[in-house]
Amino acid sequence: MTTLELNGITKRFGSLTALDDVSLAVQKGRVHALLGENGAGKTTLMRIAFGMLRPDTGSISVDGRSVTFSSPADAIQSGIGMVHQQFSLVPAMTVAENVALGGHGQYSFRQTADLLANVAKRTGLMLDPAARVADLGSADRQKLEIIRTLTHNAKVMILDEPTAVLTPKDTTELFTQLRAFADAGGAVVLITHKLHDAIEHADDVTVLRHGRVVLSSTMSDVDEITVATAMLGAPLNSSSIDEKPSTSSLAVVASLDGVEIKGGEIVGVAALDGAATPLLRALAGRITPITGSITRPSHVGFVPENRQEEALIGDFTLTENLALASAGERRGLMNWTELEKQTSAMVAEFDVRTTGPDQLPTSLSGGNQQRFVLGRELRNNPALLVLENPTQGLDLNAAAFIHTRMKQARNNGAAVVFYSSDLDELAELSDRVLVVSRSGIRTVEPDRIEIGNALLGRNE
Amino acid sequence: MTPELALLADALVRSTPLIIAGLAVALAFRGGVFNIGAEGQLLMGAVAYSTVALIWGNILGRFTIVVAMFAGAVAGALWAGIAAFLRRRFHVLEIISTIMLNFIAIHFVSFLVRGPLQEPTRIYPQTESLQPVARLPQLLPGTRLHFGFLIALLLAGALAWVFARTAIGFRIRAAGASPIAALVAGKIDVSQTSTLVFLLSGALAGIAGSIEVSGVTFALYENLSPGYGYTAIAVALIAGLNPLGVVASGIFFGVLETGAIALQREFAVPSSLASIVEAMLILAALTVAALRGRQLLGKPAAP
Repeated sequence: MTTLELNGITKRFGSLTALDDVSLAVQKGRVHALLGENGAGKTTLMRIAFGMLRPDTGSISVDGRSVTFSSPADAIQSGIGMVHQQFSLVPAMTVAENVALGGHGQYSFRQTADLLANVAKRTGLMLDPAARVADLGSADRQKLEIIRTLTHNAKVMILDEPTAVLTPKDTTELFTQLRAFADAGGAVVLITHKLHDAIEHADDVTVLRHGRVVLSSTMSDVDEITVATAMLGAPLNSSSIDEKPSTSSLAVVASLDGVEIKGGEIVGVAALDGAATPLLRALAGRITPITGSITRPSHVGFVPENRQEEALIGDFTLTENLALASAGERRGLMNWTELEKQTSAMVAEFDVRTTGPDQLPTSLSGGNQQRFVLGRELRNNPALLVLENPTQGLDLNAAAFIHTRMKQARNNGAAVVFYSSDLDELAELSDRVLVVSRSGIRTVEPDRIEIGNALLGRNE
Repeated sequence: MTPELALLADALVRSTPLIIAGLAVALAFRGGVFNIGAEGQLLMGAVAYSTVALIWGNILGRFTIVVAMFAGAVAGALWAGIAAFLRRRFHVLEIISTIMLNFIAIHFVSFLVRGPLQEPTRIYPQTESLQPVARLPQLLPGTRLHFGFLIALLLAGALAWVFARTAIGFRIRAAGASPIAALVAGKIDVSQTSTLVFLLSGALAGIAGSIEVSGVTFALYENLSPGYGYTAIAVALIAGLNPLGVVASGIFFGVLETGAIALQREFAVPSSLASIVEAMLILAALTVAALRGRQLLGKPAAP
């Protein structure tokens, strides 16, 4: 039985056709993966389903009844719940207050707590109603978003890239919860660009590319290659850059409390819950540690995790954003003509798709933003490049590009240090892995199991 | 001299402090510093100018204007520097501290003109008139238009140039647009940049006060400024914080206020009408900016 059906949806933004005659049927009791690269139109489609955008043409029906949504409130009324990529929670308020937010009448803590207890009884999802959201980790915040949609008696739950912020353990738990929700008669739409998540956990799959449906099937009828090819349009070229240069004597470019980092190697950093952030930022010279010793070269490229907030200034042109990289050391006058030339060259080299150096970074896709940031940080060939979750939220092509460039930088003799919350990425890309925990830094082989064990404090 | 020309000159005279104080506000807001205290900094600039001119005017001779105006700029900078220090050291919001400092400055002027700096006959609450060496030369003979208007234009051009062409101007814009990106991506010392913005902004406001004393009033007295420092916020916002735009909006406000005074004098139209128009313009400008999705104010900087 079809719970949510989108039929012939077309949506244009100016001259850009974001969605072109897209149809999607989400069945009761099933998990439906909506796959596609960044910019394929997944989020736009789901915003339409959630009443945040109106389609130019096409219709929506819920349980066979045709509906029109003029706001998310209408969608919620019809039993659609959405868990956004960036959580829509008020950190200063409690769990109960956040659940009650947007409701009508009086707020009663007791009533809301009862409601939450009820949800907990039905689904096993439990949070302390009096806890402040600011004190919750990202897994619990996501849990709260899910609970909130459940208190609205959602029949369809839409999750936008839900695993982007989760640890492997939390990811497993999330999918268990989603399966339980589906088994209880709900329907789940899982927006993701992670092939693995979709293949492992979904019953049905729809793949979007450039705003069109290129594949729509039950998961059992397709294999990984088919889905990947549908997503990308062409098979990924495996690069010949994987070979590590056979440098026998590598020069030490930095050291962290006695742990040496050499030129010509990629060092992965694994840590739980952002424990590595201060370390990486100290290594990149962005903060000064209170204790401990760090030696590092004067010129360090740094790609922060939150590129929109920390790496780029949204109101500045790409040229200005390029100039930002060395703004702290700049003296005298700004040579904008020269900087604009450099920006054009860098943008071409790093394949950033823009209309020109005057474009604002806010109008670039996540992948293009990251290419730009990496290109900027690799200018002037830094001896050390530090990255935090460099491919988070990126599509496969962009991620592959970032990986290639990281390897290139290494092959050119730079030391590359990166943190990733994705153990596969660490294992695949690193020459060795530093596991950072409260007890100190431990070096392990780039192997998924070993990293996992070291993270959990187990000795093999 | 036609009356029209005199009226136009009056409007430009009125717009001079609005432009300079407007530049002070535009600089601060672009740099992520919410300096609401241009009024107080302007008054402290006027105090310093008058003091130097009155006490050392005889010794300084023809250097009086330059030295006294420098003193005015320093006084404005120091007055803003108090707020900068409070923010840096104790995380006091400058929106609050600069407003408070305005009141202190206003009452400090009252104290001075009734106490240490009062004119020798001790009748009027004002200082002695400044000697001619401390007065700015006229720009248009026969009108009140003085040299300060040119200084305002020069300062606007200079600030526009600093923003567009210099590294320090770029740092100020970056720190104002996104303090966190300025820090992480640009390795800019944001709190140092903010302090500099405070000082420069205060210095500009101090110059505005100096010019008002040396070009228009020729003496320090209470109510020297009919809220120039507050109108300057509107001037800067309507100009979209653009220094050259500040010239245009400053002249516009000058014309509006001068016109309102003339209307009241000639036709008994209440001059509060001009204030109402001003307020409506600010609301309109903010609405348009909000509709365009543009942020007229920078994000507040980390202390």
